[in-house]
Amino acid sequence: MFPRISRLGARLLREPRAETRAGNLLNSGGILYQGHVNRHSTPVVTPTVLSLRNVLLSTATSGDQDESSQAKDKISVTFVNKDGSEKTISVPIGMSMLEAAHENDIELEGACEGSLACSTCHVIVMDVNYYNKLEDPADEENDMLDLAFGLTETSRLGCQVIAKPELDGMRLALPVATRNFAVDGYVPKPH
Amino acid sequence: MARGLWFLSRAVGRLRPLLVQGPTRGFSASAPEQLHVCVVGSGPAGFYTADRMLKGHEGAQVDIIDRLPTPFGLVRSGVAPDHPETKIVVNQFSRVAANGRCSFFGNVTLGRDISLSELHKTYHAVVLAYGAESDRSLGIPGEDLRGIHSAREFVWWYNGHPDMCDLCPDLKNTESAVVLGQGNVALDVARILLRCKAELATTDITDYALDALRGSTIRKVYLVGRRGPVQAACTAKELREILGLKNVRICIKESDLLTTPADEEEMRNSRIQRRVYELLSKAASAHGGNNYNDQKELHFLFFRRPTRFIPAENGSTIGAVQLEKTVLKGDEVTGKQVAVGTGEFEDLKCGLVLKSIGYKSLPVQGLPFDKNRGVVPNLRGRVLNSESETATVERGLYVVGWLKRGPTGIVATNLHCAEETVASILEDDKKGVLRPPSDSKKHGRTGLLEILEQKNVRFVPFSGWEKIDSMEKMAGQLRNKPREKITTWDGLQKAANE
Ligand SMILES: Cc1cc2nc3c(=O)[nH]c(=O)nc-3n(C[C@H](O)[C@H](O)[C@H](O)COP(=O)(O)OP(=O)(O)OC[C@H]3O[C@@H](n4cnc5c(N)ncnc54)[C@H](O)[C@@H]3O)c2cc1C
Ligand code: FES
Repeated sequence: MFPRISRLGARLLREPRAETRAGNLLNSGGILYQGHVNRHSTPVVTPTVLSLRNVLLSTATSGDQDESSQAKDKISVTFVNKDGSEKTISVPIGMSMLEAAHENDIELEGACEGSLACSTCHVIVMDVNYYNKLEDPADEENDMLDLAFGLTETSRLGCQVIAKPELDGMRLALPVATRNFAVDGYVPKPH
Repeated sequence: MARGLWFLSRAVGRLRPLLVQGPTRGFSASAPEQLHVCVVGSGPAGFYTADRMLKGHEGAQVDIIDRLPTPFGLVRSGVAPDHPETKIVVNQFSRVAANGRCSFFGNVTLGRDISLSELHKTYHAVVLAYGAESDRSLGIPGEDLRGIHSAREFVWWYNGHPDMCDLCPDLKNTESAVVLGQGNVALDVARILLRCKAELATTDITDYALDALRGSTIRKVYLVGRRGPVQAACTAKELREILGLKNVRICIKESDLLTTPADEEEMRNSRIQRRVYELLSKAASAHGGNNYNDQKELHFLFFRRPTRFIPAENGSTIGAVQLEKTVLKGDEVTGKQVAVGTGEFEDLKCGLVLKSIGYKSLPVQGLPFDKNRGVVPNLRGRVLNSESETATVERGLYVVGWLKRGPTGIVATNLHCAEETVASILEDDKKGVLRPPSDSKKHGRTGLLEILEQKNVRFVPFSGWEKIDSMEKMAGQLRNKPREKITTWDGLQKAANE
């Protein structure tokens, strides 16, 4: 158990902002490690850490709240789908865009469930002013962005963008894959 | 259970022709008409295809066959054991398999247990996603010497692919290993050779591989590339990881880092090349401070191409690799910088060579195949009958993943690749190409089960894999590992039938 915990610690320091959907499911502190190990077919360190973080978050934001403070606890984010349709959702402060998208049935992929290993959660921040309000991506995020489809100047990984008050009103586009895999030199005529 | 299913779907299959209802079929809110799809191969390309197919067509019934009793392709047998995060995607794939309109048939090999024409007759659409299970060869003298393996074999070995569990690479007779290639797979195998064994012990690496690595005498690993640091084919993520290995000294010649205007131009156009180059330059100037006695070494050798394998004194095992120095020249046609030999040679002593110069797909009977590129000729996923300009589309036949694009890209690349192929299928179906009213003979799953029964093929359903999965996890728990893989055909089949 000890090596595992210290690995968790290291991870926590390295990736303090990551969030996962899986993590969110596991919010009973006591059985955290066990529950996690059973749930995933490959044991993954990150989601557990993240669930810890979620526990902290949920205690911090729970309790009686009046309208105004509740308004401050959430921001509004608009997702622009591949087909151009839009969906505006409210996202609790501290939640990742990946998690928020999944809770609202927005088709944002999250193959690695927020552990910075897949780049499928790629989103494009549509307004550069909002982009500039985000902290710079860590090296590890940039490494994955290198491989993201349709990378733009304002691309980020949805699992690394965490809701904070300044981001209220942000618009995020899901990238549209434009690459044609068939083409690699020639295009035969279809019949 | 299989029997019950068999009769039920056969009944549905019989009824189907009566239900044909003009242009809206497949999209009506009530019982949508069935579209029988078979996906061959259960790697990322296969599962993403199944996922998009199920989402894109309410009547799609998707059967995934795989030659192994275990699903997930290279996510299980390729992705390195110390990359557990990359494997999380199997959670998503398992949800796809749990869909009532999707079935998994493991232990069924296309080309042996069932032919392409049989599948073609049984399904409205057949999607080939069987990856790339062979290797490019260098075609230089001595390639058959003992101690030379393809990276694919070595990776399958440490990851417990049942075809390679007996490889037994000799890691004990030498202190130097040469890895030919500088892509991500090359970095994977180098990292596994060099990584501290205590770290590996907590991964899902097979126990026999861990034992062999514990006994390994290899202290130096050479990563050999024909071109320079600007052209290194790895990603920044993998490079950053290997450069940060505990107790490994990184050796890069400063002179190799000099860049030409053509290099600068390449880097301006490619973010990834620029970032890889930056990491290499930083590592070259870092000169690891403390020098432990047991420190290992990772050498990046640029501008070298292998020309000959030289046997050791015994005449049968590898003793050294002859390398020719290269320089870069702009190719007049492609504009790319290519490596050309200078006629200057040197020998690099070693007792193990891992060739990581590319995977290659295998053809199956009846399938058009581009031998040069090692892929199936296709147009946005539609199989073409040849690679010529006048090629025509093979009706109902599609391709996806490494078999379609060649062996490059990450797991996520297959997602976009699958979306393209599925878009082609849906388009063809809308046009009525896949289910002409006259054709009512395609029974899908019912037909497949019939064929498998006739041929006495014992397939492993997804529930069989789940048994393997839980046995592996249980065995892993005892050793503080995520899982202890079952690595033999026999063992897998037994576990699946428990
Ligand atoms: C060593 C290695 C490490 C990698 N590491 C990473 C990584 O860390 N991160 C990342 O994002 N990507 C990684 N990749 C890339 C990723 O694995 C591939 O992009 C992806 O697996 C390709 O998917 P595929 O479905 O086309 O092929 P595969 O995953 O190879 O799947 C093919 C499937 O077809 C089956 N099959 C083969 N022949 C037949 C037949 N005749 N009949 C029936 N079934 C058959 C096989 O058993 C297999 O299950 C790695 C690749 C390799 C080789
Ligand atoms: S979900 Fe994989 S990188 Fe964000």
